[in-house]
Amino acid sequence: MITKEEVEHVGWLARIEIDAKQSDAYAVKLNSVLDYFGQLDEVDTENVPPTYHVADIVNVFRKDVVQESMPQEDVLANTENKQEGNFKAPRIM
Amino acid sequence: MVYENPDGVRIGLEVHVQLNKLNTKLFCGCSTNYHDSEPNTHVCPVCLGLPGSLPVINEKAVEFAIKIGLALNCNIVEQTQFHRKNYYYPDLPKGFQTTQYDFPIAGEGKIVIEGEDGERVIRITRAHMEEDPGRLQHMGSIDKSKGTLINYNRSGMTLIEIVSEPDMRSPKEARRYLDKLRSILDYLDVFDGDLEGAMRVDANVSVYMGERVEVKNISSFKGAERALLYEIMRQKNHIRRGGEITLETRHFDEARGVTLSMRTKETENDYRYFPEPDLVPLRVADWVPEVLKTLPELPDAKRDRFIKEYGIIDMHARALTTEIKVANFYEEVASKVDPKAAAVWVADILKGELNYRDLNVDAFTVEDIVSVIELVTSNKITEQSGVEIIRAVLDNGGKPQDIVKEKGLLKVEDDIVAKAVEEAIAENPEAVADYRAGKEKSLNFIVGKVMQKTKGRADAREAREKLLAKLDE
Amino acid sequence: MAAWTDISGIIQKIADSSAEEVTAAYIETIGKSRINGFTTVWDEAINVAREIDAKGHAGPLAGVPIAIKENISTKGLSTTCSSKILQGYVPPYDAHVIERLKEAGAVILGKTNMDEFAMGTSTESSCYGPTFNPWDMDRVPGGSSGGSAAVVAAGEAPVSLGSDTGGSVRCPAAFCGVVGLKPTYGCISRYGLISYANSLEQIGPLATNVADIATIMDVVAGYDHRDSTSINRENTYSDALKDDVKGMKIGVPDEYFGEGIDKDVEKSVWDAIGKFEDMGATYEKVSMPHTKYALASYYIIAMSEASSNLARFDGTRYGLRTEGENWHVMASKTRAEGFGTEVKRRILLGTYALSAGYHDKYYLKALKVRTLVKQDFDKALANVDVLMAPTMPTPAFKIGEKIEDPLSLYLADVNTVPVNLAGVPSISVPCGFAGDMPVGLQIIGKHFDENTIIKAAYSFEQNTDHNSRRPPEVA
Repeated sequence: MITKEEVEHVGWLARIEIDAKQSDAYAVKLNSVLDYFGQLDEVDTENVPPTYHVADIVNVFRKDVVQESMPQEDVLANTENKQEGNFKAPRIM
Repeated sequence: MVYENPDGVRIGLEVHVQLNKLNTKLFCGCSTNYHDSEPNTHVCPVCLGLPGSLPVINEKAVEFAIKIGLALNCNIVEQTQFHRKNYYYPDLPKGFQTTQYDFPIAGEGKIVIEGEDGERVIRITRAHMEEDPGRLQHMGSIDKSKGTLINYNRSGMTLIEIVSEPDMRSPKEARRYLDKLRSILDYLDVFDGDLEGAMRVDANVSVYMGERVEVKNISSFKGAERALLYEIMRQKNHIRRGGEITLETRHFDEARGVTLSMRTKETENDYRYFPEPDLVPLRVADWVPEVLKTLPELPDAKRDRFIKEYGIIDMHARALTTEIKVANFYEEVASKVDPKAAAVWVADILKGELNYRDLNVDAFTVEDIVSVIELVTSNKITEQSGVEIIRAVLDNGGKPQDIVKEKGLLKVEDDIVAKAVEEAIAENPEAVADYRAGKEKSLNFIVGKVMQKTKGRADAREAREKLLAKLDE
Repeated sequence: MAAWTDISGIIQKIADSSAEEVTAAYIETIGKSRINGFTTVWDEAINVAREIDAKGHAGPLAGVPIAIKENISTKGLSTTCSSKILQGYVPPYDAHVIERLKEAGAVILGKTNMDEFAMGTSTESSCYGPTFNPWDMDRVPGGSSGGSAAVVAAGEAPVSLGSDTGGSVRCPAAFCGVVGLKPTYGCISRYGLISYANSLEQIGPLATNVADIATIMDVVAGYDHRDSTSINRENTYSDALKDDVKGMKIGVPDEYFGEGIDKDVEKSVWDAIGKFEDMGATYEKVSMPHTKYALASYYIIAMSEASSNLARFDGTRYGLRTEGENWHVMASKTRAEGFGTEVKRRILLGTYALSAGYHDKYYLKALKVRTLVKQDFDKALANVDVLMAPTMPTPAFKIGEKIEDPLSLYLADVNTVPVNLAGVPSISVPCGFAGDMPVGLQIIGKHFDENTIIKAAYSFEQNTDHNSRRPPEVA
């Protein structure tokens, strides 16, 4: 069972603001899904390796050759929040 | 003599080395040559973390990482993969850092440093590859700033994070470790340590075997020593006042030379590591023999060889092998003149003059130092004049042969010295009498007169000997 | 413009008139649409068509219009994943598939609606509002590529691209009565596809007929060095367009006809299998015992990956920004406001599943179950050439019917997600009707054996007339 407090903590980890009123509602819905996920406990996975990639490939590389970068104008084109070629954000703490 | 480590200091270091000698970044083809560029001009969809972009690993970066691992006497992993380290920070354009986690490319190595009481082995825990975040500029101080400017030119640069065991017992040992590490990396030709941000340090510090404190944001070696001295003093004072040291992260404020607690919600992290689905595993064990072949002779081996091959003393051999450039310079000089004389001139004199001027060995030519050494060893100039020539070359340029002439540094003939000695004795009977009466100081006065008469071109030691011979007649 | 024109018909039309006229006709059709399938019509489309006319129709798709899902990056054309958080975002680069289409002479008509960040089965969670099913305006078109399927079904584009993470091409294809292919993982470069769950998803084409699917695959599939999971393998998909299933061995997994299956859907699928027998194929029942766990495994993996993939939307560089007193608060407010409810739920669940203390219970466990599901496919496909099953257990449901209950919506994906866990290819073709709503037959193949399932689908299409019926909402 995920608690209201855990919902708020996970919300902070995921940087999604959740106020106290919402966290109750979230907890209910998330718990119904987590209950469903719990059915995996029945599966015997002893000695079963995890599958991270379906394709069994290794060692895909790129040569150390320079490719053209984007013009600064394009880099900053999707924001209003810029200053002297930099992105501009609020202070950190 | 055994170092007692009275305060039970234990220091472990995490050093981030930026492989700026690669042509491109770790996961994209953007150039690494951004240091003098406008902000956000060395970025592409990948290192800017634009939606839909995908990383591809730079093969050369992996090769460099293996090379570093081997140079640090590490085991190279059989197979590894990149993971995502999930946390939010504005310098991280994807909201996660791509790094290595449970299988670092290199594990369990060691390097040897000059410790407080002789040679000391510092164990390396691991060395792993990861991407560098962008660069933040706070408009004002970090806690009171009006805003943050972000430049992603650095984003995606290849970093090797080298983690040591807490085997260092003093800030001095930490400094020696960092110097040694830099020396080895310098030999491998994987990075230019002079570029801004090429090596960055986090330290774990504890005293009296207590809890460790992590000190972050140390951006230079000098800073590391200062930060550690401060932090050790702070912990000792805190304990003396009855306080307790708890596990925490502190931020080094370089300007003030102090460490500040970062007890904010921000440090409560849970990185939720998982394998990067956009990259496939690396199986690199079979690269090791090939990479091993490209490994150059490293500082320790070179030092041992210099001692054996050139018959020079350990202190000189160490000084000459710290920087690969100096070692190569020395070997060239040693092939032309007496290697022992070469060691003295390069290690003791030239290096000192270069350090004083904050120059590296590129500022002097092999040809010029060979000229100076030949002039001295053939007795044409005094050692003091040799030093003077080196200074002149460094400060004003010119060739040693010309400087000798311009400054009239050639040693004067013997008979001129002899004549000066006779004159000095004749003209200073009181001093001679004093000397003969046992006043040693008077001899110096007469030597001074001899030097005056030869306008300093006489060798002072020689003049003294001649004077003594004459006086004792 | 006559609706449901196939690519060869369009190429003929272009030869008779011009690419410009064909494009203009489609744009006019879209203008009259009531289904809300397109989010944006590209204002450059006509100019591109005009240029293609000027250059003399070079390329296999010269002048052929195509619709593109909102999550595939198009240079200079808004790409938002139907999310408020990406409002105003215009990519500075083209996805690999877009580059390929442009080289082949295709004309990008515009972008199509989807469930926000591809997280859904109904195209109801879009910030642009829901897309309506052209067969019944009260019903969903399926999802998440609901726009891409609906516009093809409604004759607003001859072909489209969608993406399939857990059925997002096949589900709307089935619900809208068109053909949709989810290729083998690694077959089409994902470069430029905005990730939902990287280890599961592939871009896939939708069309009114199987031949057009093969034609689009010939253009967009193939190796791309910018996608490390892209597989270097040559194949000509149109070579598979043969009416020949003699001797083909079909496996029918019992588990795909489980609880909750609609009787008409079940009947249509068995009728289709009967038809294959008539055409010379044989079938046998196979068992895939881990199918019932596939859904949970799939959702845990998808949500975990998504929680990380969607971390970049923090208001700093593009898209929505909601100001706050510091950067972390700004990011939290931006994300709270910019993401819809279902996206937030999935991010929270994925974050939870990866977090300290739960990583092994959920994330790692799901990956182990994934191995078992994949082994089910390996075993089943060792003895047969293809697997056949209903794409969706029911026909398209009513708008609003499931949106409030996430779990019921997830359960609809029961037959599509195992395929993504295993990475095998699968095609959905129309195979009949449940009432007035189309039913899709899912044909699943071995890794990189797209040609066998294309051949099966093509043969079925040649010998049946399921796609002769047109939806009422054809403009």
